[in-house]
This record gives sequence, C-alpha cells and structure tokens, in this order.
Amino acid sequence: MTTAVLSTDQLAPGQAAWRRFRRHRLALAGALIILVLVLGSALGPYLLPFDDTYIDIMKRFAPPLSGAHILGTDELGRDVLARLMMGARVSLSIGIIAMVIAMAVGIAVGAFAGFYGGVVGAVLMRLVDAVLCFPTIFLLLALAALTEPGFVTTTVLIAATAWMWVARVVEAQVRSLREREFAVAALAFGSSNLRIMFRELVPNAMAPIVVAATLNVAKAILLESYLSYLGYGIQPPAASLGNMLNNAQIYLTSAPWLAIAPGVAITLAVTSFNFLGDGLRDALDPRMNIP
Amino acid sequence: MARYVANRLAQAIMLLVIVSAIGFALLHLAPGGPLSQFAASAQMTQEDLDRVRSQLGLDRPLPIQYLDWFGRMLKGDWGRSYRDGEAVLSVISSHLGATLELMTTATIIAVLLGCWIGVLGALRRYSLFDTLATVGAMIALSIPTFWFGLVTIYVFSVKLGWLPAGNRETIGDGSPLDLLHHLIAPALVLALVETAMWGRFMRSSMLEVINQDYIRTARAKGMPEWRILTVHALRNALLPMITVAGLQFPTLLGGALVAETVFTWPGMGRLFLDSIGYRDYPVVMGILMFSAIMVLIGSLLADILYAVVDPRIRVG
Repeated sequence: MTTAVLSTDQLAPGQAAWRRFRRHRLALAGALIILVLVLGSALGPYLLPFDDTYIDIMKRFAPPLSGAHILGTDELGRDVLARLMMGARVSLSIGIIAMVIAMAVGIAVGAFAGFYGGVVGAVLMRLVDAVLCFPTIFLLLALAALTEPGFVTTTVLIAATAWMWVARVVEAQVRSLREREFAVAALAFGSSNLRIMFRELVPNAMAPIVVAATLNVAKAILLESYLSYLGYGIQPPAASLGNMLNNAQIYLTSAPWLAIAPGVAITLAVTSFNFLGDGLRDALDPRMNIP
Repeated sequence: MARYVANRLAQAIMLLVIVSAIGFALLHLAPGGPLSQFAASAQMTQEDLDRVRSQLGLDRPLPIQYLDWFGRMLKGDWGRSYRDGEAVLSVISSHLGATLELMTTATIIAVLLGCWIGVLGALRRYSLFDTLATVGAMIALSIPTFWFGLVTIYVFSVKLGWLPAGNRETIGDGSPLDLLHHLIAPALVLALVETAMWGRFMRSSMLEVINQDYIRTARAKGMPEWRILTVHALRNALLPMITVAGLQFPTLLGGALVAETVFTWPGMGRLFLDSIGYRDYPVVMGILMFSAIMVLIGSLLADILYAVVDPRIRVG
C-alpha cells in the first residue's frame, strides 16, 4: 500500500469533514436540539404523570405553571406538555419515515434516469418536472382529501410530494459519475447495471444525498404541521404538533399558550434540521454552495 | 432568440400535457372518485348513481374522458362546480383577484427587503448584520406560516388592536384605506418566507459578482465605489433573481393558501380548501390545474425574460 507515502499530513476525508462540521456551531446546536427533542418525545411521556388523551373537564384552560401542569391544559383539560411530547413523537416519526420513503423513491428514479439517460431519463425527469409544477401544499391537500386521513396516509403523501428534489440531485450526480473510471472499470469487470448503479454510483453520491435527506426531514415536519393544522393530517384525539394548533386559533384570546408551545416546538425542530443540513453541506462537500 | 423561445415554449406545452394527465389521473383513480359526493347520500339508489355516472360521462373509458376533458379545458370549459353549478373557471376567477392582491403585495415587500438585506450582507460578509440576517433567514424559513399568522393575530389584533384579525374588508366599508388596513397582516406574514428566500439568493448572487474580475478592473481604474456597486455589481447580481422569481412562484402560491386560511382571506386558496371539504372535484381539479399552469407560465416567462436581458443564455 502507498498510504505511508500519501498520508504525510493529510487528513482522512472523514476527519476533515468532521473538522469542518465542528466549526459550524449552529449545526452542532441543531444536532443537540434534535437529540433533546428525540429523547424528550421518546422518554418524556413515561416520566410525566399525565396521559396525553386523558380528559379532565374540571381543569380546562389551566394556564402554564399553575399547579402540576407545567405547560397548562387545553380546552378538554388535557395536559399540554404530555400532548406536546406525544405530538413531537408523531411529527418527528412522520418527518423521518417520510424522508426515508422520499429518499428511496428519489434515489431509484434519479439513479435510473441518470444511468440510462436517453429516452428513459428524459421521460423520468419530465415526470419530475411535471410533479414539481404543482405547488406542494395544493397537491398534498388534494391527495389528502381523497384518502382516509391517518399516520400512514400522512407519511406516504408527504413522501409523495417530496421525492422529486432528491431525484434531481441524484440524477445529476449519477449522470456525471457514470463516466468516471471506477464506473467504467466496474462495467469492464462485468458488473450488472443495477450493481453499478447502487453499489458504485449512488454510494459515491452520498454527500449530497445525506444533505438532501436532512433538509427533507425539515420539510416533512413542516408539511405535516400544515396538513394537520388544516385538518387533513393526524386526527384527534391523537396529537401531532400540527393538529395541536388546529383549534388553538379559536382560543387565541383566552388561552394563547395553546398556540405557543406547539408552534415553538415545530419551529425549533425544523430550524434544527435545516441548520444540521447546512452544516453537513459545508462539511461533506465544500464545493456545493447552494444558498 | 426566436428559436430559444420556440424551444422553451414547446417544452412548456409538453409539460402541460404531462401535468394535466397527472392531475386527471390522481383525482379519477383515487378511492371515492368523482361520484363520492353523490354516493354518500342515503337517498341515492344504485340506479340513480348509474344514471348520474352516465350523465356526467363517467362511464366512458378513462383515456376518452381525459381527451374530452383536456379538449374542453383548452376551450375554457373547465366543468361546473358540484356545489352550485357555476362554471369552474368563473368560480376561480372570482377568487383570483384577492389572491393576486395578496401575492403581489407580499412579493413587493419581499423583493425590496430581501434584496436590501442580501446586498448588505454580501458587502459586509461575516459581520454581525450578515450573521444575524443569515440565521434569521433560516429561522424564517423554518417557521410554519400559519403559526406566524396566529402569532401576528395575537400580537397585533388581540393584544394591540392595531390590525383586523381577518377578512379582506369591513362589511359596509371597503374604502381603499380599509382594504389596505386588512391587507397589511396577511401580506407581511406571506412575505416572511419570501423575504428570507430572496435575501439568501441575493446574498450569494452578490457575493459571486463582487469577486469577479471586472469589479477588480473597475476598482483598479479608480471608479468611485458607489458606481462600482450600482452600475457593475448590483446590475449583474440582480439578473439571476429573475430565475429566483420563477422558482419561488410555487412556494408563494402555497404560502398564499395558508395565509388565506389563517386570515379568512377570500382568495383561491380558501376556495380550494372549502371545495375539498365539499368534495367538489371539478373545482379542486380546476384549481390544482390552474395553479400548475400558473407555475408553468411563471417559469416560462422567467426563462424568456432572462434570455432577453442576458444574451449568454439564449446562445449557450
């Protein structure tokens, strides 16, 4: 091996990336907040003495910090903190699962279009262009209105409106990578097309894919909140960060805390994933400089 | 130039065909389908349903229905609302004005504010202002628009009482001043995300330009700094913003829907939500198509305009 000669004072790519990432303080803060949110929503409900769907009409509209309810209670006397934790659990899960589905579809479409090019590529990418013509929220609502609302539907629909950007990123990467020596070498070894696509090309495009995945979670959480706020996402009594705001508007004058906590939680989660994505972009691929 | 425009136009038409096929397929192949509104009524017998189905032409093969529908769409016949039998296109157009008013105002605010913040950030890169603006833009992009709307209503309508909490006008008033008063809050809420986007794009565009050789040349020959900035840098940095305007359009439309919902603004977005509630498929379908066509035309215009102002595009 020639590593002894080459590795005089050069850092391994992973180490250099970690160094660049560490310098991005906002990305670190984002990662930390995400960790807190995940742990809080995963473990929090077990530590709290209240159930998120337990109705106590004797204690309706208790303001925050009054008695046992740290964030107060809602219009049915349910503990807001308990609902917030369960809601964050639902919203984060949807964000991450929708991202995984969108990535799978986007990577598959992008890899096929980029690898085969020609008519296949053109047809697939025009399909991507066409779906992108529909404003996301319009498409999402039209689809949601046609299906039975719930966790699975919401997740799948969000993924269905988010895979196109991934496909574009992957297509561009694969199209340029397939001409490189290692891809040609794999072809010469007799590797199948599928193997070249998913074992050689896609792993080499991992940097932009990871960035896209992180930003995708942010987008998915935001979309879930829109959909549930408008009443077509997660249905009560189950809580999600979006549907907690669904009727907060009615009680805005008398109980503003119902609107504050979930909104802050959504903003915090989405901002964190966005900053994390930004930091990962700087760390993994310094050449990419998309605003 | 003519060739570029023709080429771009052909692409747009092809895209329109795919877009319409997707929209049509989505709503027809989905469970429930266009008949669900009638099927839900207990008084409808199977016989009635069959009759309605054939009366609405829903018993024909889907490709035929699509071609028929697409042909009529080109002629301006977008079907009739299930709710009140009004023509879809006229229902949409009666709500379009309010939406355009909101979108135009928000865009003007966003372009002016965003470009200003972006240019200043680029000129004083890594300064306190730049850092705050960058972080602020990221947070602005992460705030759910509806929640920001709720906060605005709480602060400026409930607490301070400065602005109305919704609607386009006070019933019985409707003077220009009253209209403006109602416009402020929803337009600002819609402008938030847009401003952040414009600021980010403007900053990176300006950064790219001020590091170019011709800026250095202008400095070297002793041109005053303000002239370098306005004549050389700003003009070139603004060019790519035309593309941004095209790219931003879908987000703007989506944002308008949300802002309209929060502020009970009588626009296309509210109409869309109401129609979904009523399962009024022709209107839902119509607005979905209408918004996609608006996006298509928007990006087409942006591309053509860019080619007009920047000859490098139409040659390369």
